[in-house]
Amino acid sequence: MTIAQGFAEPVREQQRTFRAVMDALSRPTAPTPYSSSLGKAGPLQANAYAIALTLLDFEVSYHLAPSLAEAERHLTFQTGSRRVNDAGQAQFAFIDLRHDPLDLAAYAQGEPDYPDRSTTVVALCDGAPESKKLVCRGPGIAASSTLSVPGLPADFVDQWQANGTRAPLGIDLLFVMPEAIIGLPRSTRIFGEAR
Amino acid sequence: MSATAENYRGYNFAYLDEQTKRMIRRAILKAIAIPGYQVPFASREMPMPYGWGTGGVQVTAAILGPDDILKVIDQGADDTTNAVSIRQFFEKTAGVQTTTETGKATIIQTRHRIPEATLQDHQVLVYQVPIPEPLRFLEPRETETRTMHALAEYGLMHVKLYEDIAQHGHIAKTYDYPVLVAERYVMAPSPIPKFDNPKMHQSGALQLFGAGREKRIYAIPPHTEVVSLDFEDHPFEPTKFTEPCALCGALDSYLDEVITDDKGGRMFVCSDTHHCESRRAEGHVGALGTPITPVTEAAE
Ligand SMILES: [Zn+2]
Repeated sequence: MTIAQGFAEPVREQQRTFRAVMDALSRPTAPTPYSSSLGKAGPLQANAYAIALTLLDFEVSYHLAPSLAEAERHLTFQTGSRRVNDAGQAQFAFIDLRHDPLDLAAYAQGEPDYPDRSTTVVALCDGAPESKKLVCRGPGIAASSTLSVPGLPADFVDQWQANGTRAPLGIDLLFVMPEAIIGLPRSTRIFGEAR
Repeated sequence: MSATAENYRGYNFAYLDEQTKRMIRRAILKAIAIPGYQVPFASREMPMPYGWGTGGVQVTAAILGPDDILKVIDQGADDTTNAVSIRQFFEKTAGVQTTTETGKATIIQTRHRIPEATLQDHQVLVYQVPIPEPLRFLEPRETETRTMHALAEYGLMHVKLYEDIAQHGHIAKTYDYPVLVAERYVMAPSPIPKFDNPKMHQSGALQLFGAGREKRIYAIPPHTEVVSLDFEDHPFEPTKFTEPCALCGALDSYLDEVITDDKGGRMFVCSDTHHCESRRAEGHVGALGTPITPVTEAAE
């Protein structure tokens, strides 16, 4: 029952990880190169673990999808953050798209006066090449761009459309791969598949 | 080592503790995801007075890394007391490289101006904000302004601006002129001249706004639509200058009036000092200017 190691140089590495996340969310759909210095934390791959160490603490709670349940002891010990079973109560959520069903409506959507009280969902995917490209527009994107993420559920475009109708409420997504992060904030709209 | 440097010894990188940085970082991410919306955050005391831009300083401290190159401007100038103090604060607490060259900086912290040079995709512009709420002058109660934002109920704002037109023939506001961000939130751009408003629109740089006393952070992502509020019969018009900069001859930069002697002599010069100096270094000379040799970092 050993606990996964944290950052060797927390100040520097948390700053580097945050800037990667900030860049990814500022420039939706564009892969931001990022590889953490960490190992895995149970089922949680290294980059997602790094994001957890960078953004979680006792002031926030997190939710784990079923396939990532074993990550709890690492995250709770290393961050002091609290795991909640109700996804609608979590500021952060971790899900592995290869194993867990995605239900964006289950997370906290924010409130009309406080749309920031919503869940940021960290979605793990593998680095496999993905041929499907979704056309996106919105803040952070000059004209238009394409989103290419391996392992998206079949109904993802519908779910994302529904998320967009709740704007400025809604959830923000961070797709995390072994060598990159892709941000998809609630403000991004998908306009079908690129041909 | 100076007394000031001694005072900072033993503090964390960029002064703030990691817990505070995490809290501010979470607020920044929400601000980016909801362009123009004011995210509340637990602003901390900083070793400088509130009027000195503690909100901007906290935002910069939360994003700054050892590889960043920081520029700090106040009213367009790198050499005012406020700009120099903030620059020295980060040199001492974070050991980062600083610059006065707009193009070289990765992070630019500003009070009251946007640089004249077009900002690029790798840059972040951090604004110091005194009053983040654009509806404050209409409605002092925060519970009310929050509801107005939630419902995108901006009619009263338009009525107020239109009253200006009825009274003065034009909208009187020349600073902190309100904008609509990404077709959703009305936002206060901080007291920049309305001359600068068009630069916020579709900027390549990420723009972050920090209000320390009022405890709010908000953002404009890169490549985002930013529209200055106006009316069909009275479209928004940025301030225009009728004469060029007296030192560099620029026709397209924001000018400050400078008193040149005690006999009432005055001239208009670029408020963006780096812009003016680099133009002069390129050989541009205004009516009252003299050619100068190129400015180098080492000479400063
Ligand atoms: Zn000039």
